[in-house]
Amino acid sequence: MKPSMNRTSKIYVVLLMLFLYMPIFVLILFSFNENKSRSVWTGFSLHWYRELFSDQLIMTSLKNTLIIAVVASVIALVLGTAAALGIYSMRSRWFKSVLMNITYMPILNPEIVTGVSLLLLFVFGMDAAAKVNGLLGFHLLPELGLGLGTLIIAHVTFCTPYVILNVLPKLRQMDRFVYEAALDLGCSPALAFFKVVIPEIMPGMMTGFLMALTYSIDDFVISYFVSSATTQTLPVTIGAMVRRRISPKINALSAIIFVVVLSILILYNLYSVRKEKQLKKGGESFR
Amino acid sequence: MPKAKYASLPYILWSLVFVVAPLALVVVFALTTPDGGFTIANVTKVAEYTPVFLRSLWLAVLATAACLLAGYPLAFIMSRQGGISQRTLVMLIMLPMWMNFLLRTYSWMTLLENNGIINSLLGFFGLGPFRMINTQGAVVLGMVYNYLPFMILPLYSIMTKIDGRVIEAAQDLGANSFQVFLRVVLPLSVPGITTGITMVFVPAISTFIISRMLGGGANMMIGDLIDAQFLGNAYNPNLGAAISLVLMIFVLLIMSMLNMFEDSEDKEGLIL
Repeated sequence: MKPSMNRTSKIYVVLLMLFLYMPIFVLILFSFNENKSRSVWTGFSLHWYRELFSDQLIMTSLKNTLIIAVVASVIALVLGTAAALGIYSMRSRWFKSVLMNITYMPILNPEIVTGVSLLLLFVFGMDAAAKVNGLLGFHLLPELGLGLGTLIIAHVTFCTPYVILNVLPKLRQMDRFVYEAALDLGCSPALAFFKVVIPEIMPGMMTGFLMALTYSIDDFVISYFVSSATTQTLPVTIGAMVRRRISPKINALSAIIFVVVLSILILYNLYSVRKEKQLKKGGESFR
Repeated sequence: MPKAKYASLPYILWSLVFVVAPLALVVVFALTTPDGGFTIANVTKVAEYTPVFLRSLWLAVLATAACLLAGYPLAFIMSRQGGISQRTLVMLIMLPMWMNFLLRTYSWMTLLENNGIINSLLGFFGLGPFRMINTQGAVVLGMVYNYLPFMILPLYSIMTKIDGRVIEAAQDLGANSFQVFLRVVLPLSVPGITTGITMVFVPAISTFIISRMLGGGANMMIGDLIDAQFLGNAYNPNLGAAISLVLMIFVLLIMSMLNMFEDSEDKEGLIL
């Protein structure tokens, strides 16, 4: 393997990086512009940051985004891990493959179709609830509108497959006999499960959970269809702002998101480099 | 774990209600009138929008091809690096992905505007102004910018598995760089190519809002059409469902065609 690049490769990499990052840096630069213009620089100011933090709508949707992401990812983690365990121990081949195809559906289907289909379901469900209540003459079923509940349901639906698809390979790699050995040595099935199986699949659960969290925070298309005018997630709010092409508050928001994401990625990389070094050291002392 | 198979019961119920039933509703809505009677008028009406479908297909193909051409060399260069620079490059490719695509598209709006930054810069040299925003080119650019990492990352993860010694062996046996590419690297990277194409093409053909932001009203795509039937001014969920149904069948057909290129049964590369 050649560790260094030749000149053409270097130029190519630099050009592509410029393509990827130039728009982001322009965006961040103009968040400090005192003028409302998006192309003419008039002077440095933190004005738009102050405006951003006093914007009630943005702050509420940020709160919604975080609540939905945490709740939906935790539900997806539990639901998905249990599902993976079930799929792993299923005998019937065709049932397994039907279930796996359904699991791939929210990932492979265009997001807009998933969003639209869930919207149809929720509207259908609300109509049905209203009809039942009307027939009975009292409120047996809750008549809820689009909002936090529908957003959480939608997010669980598209997050769970990522948990399943990350846990399943870990289950397949696992040595079945360790679980049986634990039983032979006197563990109850439940204890053996928590002492043997859970630690084995933990990395898959973690990856699935983190993927669920990021997809949930980032989702626009599906949330757009199942949110209401009053309960929105941050991306939906951004979508509305961007279409009205209003103030550089969006730029300030982008700058903050960029810095947050950058720090998380750097921390994660430092962590994994350190872990690798530790593993190497551990391996050497073992020998 | 003999009883563990029941653990998937809650998930089976969940996906029946929130995955299977909604898709069934799409089919039902597509085949009914607003009063609930059976009709195929919605599906036949989709044919009226053939120009929109063709435009979406064409722009998505262009964007996918551009991503493949731009991403392939970069993925290869990345895969041949040492540990730290490889890690840094992967991070640099992933970083923009974590920023919401609306913000990334918005930044191109400010760059491409008639009195935007690119035109002001060109103005210094006495060039332009060029009309860049509200063109099909701008829509393709926006899609390439947003979906390029989806092409690079699967390609890269397949290419890291190509043994450098295989390439050296080909060179030792007298292959020039073009032959090495055509006979060694390209065949070994086919799974990455099909995954990358799927991951760019599917969101590209079903995109909405990117086309509206960068393409203006004249370059409407299928996604915008569907949006208009449900939450827009053309309110008609039955027609919207029919368009969604056609889009879904179309995408799934294309994906199964792409899958035929791969003989492996694991789709795990897809989720990366």
